[in-house]
Parts: sequence; C-alpha cells; structure tokens
Amino acid sequence: MSVIAAHRNHPTYWAFLLHRLSGLALAIFLPVHLYVLSMAVGDGARLDAFLDWTQQPLVKLAEVILVILLALHMAGGLRLLAVEFLPWRDSQKTFAAFAGAFAVGAGILYFLNVV
Amino acid sequence: MAAAGTEKSLKVDIWRGDDDGYYQSFTVPHETSQTILDVVTYVQRKLDATLSYRFACRVGMCGSCAMTVNGRPRWTCRTHVDSVAEDGYIKIDPLRNFPRVKDLAVDMTVFFDKWRDAKARFVPSEADLDGFAQVDPDSRERKEASAAIECIGCGICYAACDLVSWNPDYLGPAALNRAWTLVNDVRDADPNGHLKAVAGDAGCHACHSQQGCTSHCPKSLSPTASIAGLKRKSFAALLKGAL
Repeated sequence: MSVIAAHRNHPTYWAFLLHRLSGLALAIFLPVHLYVLSMAVGDGARLDAFLDWTQQPLVKLAEVILVILLALHMAGGLRLLAVEFLPWRDSQKTFAAFAGAFAVGAGILYFLNVV
Repeated sequence: MAAAGTEKSLKVDIWRGDDDGYYQSFTVPHETSQTILDVVTYVQRKLDATLSYRFACRVGMCGSCAMTVNGRPRWTCRTHVDSVAEDGYIKIDPLRNFPRVKDLAVDMTVFFDKWRDAKARFVPSEADLDGFAQVDPDSRERKEASAAIECIGCGICYAACDLVSWNPDYLGPAALNRAWTLVNDVRDADPNGHLKAVAGDAGCHACHSQQGCTSHCPKSLSPTASIAGLKRKSFAALLKGAL
C-alpha cells in the first residue's frame, strides 16, 4: 500500500529518517574523500588524473546529491538542537519543512553553479 | 460519506489469537457515525462471541479501548469508521509493542510498571500537611504541567514509538510525560529524584524526537515536548551536580 508503515508516515518521522540516512551516506563518503585527498601526499599525478575524471557530468550530478545530503544533515541537526534545547514550539512540521527546503535550495544553488 | 442506514457493508479483518494468530474476516453493516468500537462490538455480539477486546467508558475518558486500526494506533471509541476505512476495508490489530493476551486484548503490565520505574508518582512534602499549596495558574511550571496532565493512559503513544520497539527497556512517552508534570509540580518534594529516574540509558535521552507519540496522541498532548523538557532539565541538573 505504501513505502512506509502507516504509524511512521508523518513529517517528523520522515525528517528523522532523512537525517539518519544522510548521516550514513556521508559516513560512507568520508573515508573515500580522505583516501582521494591522501593521493596529494603520495602520488600527485594520480590525484590529477582522478580530478580530471571527476569532470564528467555524472560525477557532477553526484556532487549535487552530496551537497544536498550535507545540507540536509546540517539542517536536520540544527532542527534537532532547536527541538531539544530551545523552548518547545508546536510548529514541528514547519521546522522539518524548513530543513528540507534548505537542503533542496542548497542543492539547486550548487547545481546552478556547476552547470 | 455513506447515506444513513445499512445498505453498505464493511469488510473487517480482525486479529485472532496471541502472537501466533491469524486474521479473521467479518462483514459488518455500515452505519452513520459508526465508531471502530461499534464495529468490534457488533462482531462480538452478533457474529463471534469469543472475540476478546477491552473497553469501558466509550467516551474517550478511560483509555482502555486503544487498538491498531489500518496500521495506526487509535482510541477506537472516538475513531469514526468514515475517517479511517479504506474503500470499506478495516484491519484491526492489537496495540503494537505490547504482549498480546488474546485477540485485541494486550497485557499492559509493562506499560504501567514503567510509570513506576520512572518514579512518575507525586512525592508529598511536610509543608502539604499545613494546608493548601498556593500554585499560581500563570506560572511557567503550572503551564508546563497543565499542557501534559490530561493523559488517559491509553498506551497509544507507547504503541506508536519506534524507540520502545528498538529498546524494550525504554520508559516510553507516557511515563516520561507523567514524570515531566511532576518535575513541574512545585509541591513535589523530590524534583531531582524524578530527573534521576529518567536520566539513564533507557530514559528521556533515548528519545530520537521522531514524534510518533505526538502525532498519534488522541488527547493532542505532546510527549515529545515533555521529553525535550526532561532532557533540558536533566542536562542542567547534571551541570549543577544535582544528578
């Protein structure tokens, strides 16, 4: 019937899920990122070759997704800090919507910048 | 909306047995302003007298008739069929996260044991013996307590909570919500005792703020708000060395 159990299908659960999944994706990305950076120390020519390879459109698209993930995780984290450390507000769906909008906006800005 | 009368019927699947059970299908006449509890009662009285379920007040006060209706925990006496039926179909399960006794009746012992474990009971002070406590209705503490005090103990928040299913020791939204009302009760003699009881691994800090409790509470309470309050208060108490 739906992709998510009925009792989980509400905005703040989606916010939790996206925060968790973006965090996992970034955790997987980070070692790869550091490995590529380490080429600068050991093998500069290899790094240059890799950087040339990253000019492909598909890699650029992956970069846009990465920026969205970063923005999503940051906005989600700020949302959580606001929920747990600021006085309670009933506009929780608005918080979640702002976090999502910030992530999409960051992705669009980055996309417009790289194209 | 269906017209008045019984010309339409509902297909109702109801869980039978305990953990090892099955869905039994019933056809129930559709009525105007019919509640899910009306449907279950119709099945029990007219179709199968062996169906077990629990209810008392029928008007949303006692908190005993909660069940899972089409995948969501709900108070069945105040849930209209017309607002939840999907093309005339209703699936009714016992509440999630509770041990099943039989059919739609669950064992709520662990739920109320956790109220005890959260020290969610009032601790009187000697001063109470001298007369009535004066509590300013406009004070911040009174307002915080008032916002959380109307819990009917139905267990819907507990059933909606993923943290309860991930960590069976987690005290759960209702017990923590009750603890928050006592932390804000200026008459209570042991506010730090309440905070200590809920500041452990299975207490308020285990909450991921998914807000399933808040989304489903039939009394429109926000246990997440109460738990966030406990997180702030227990953190402040830790910094002051009171925990």
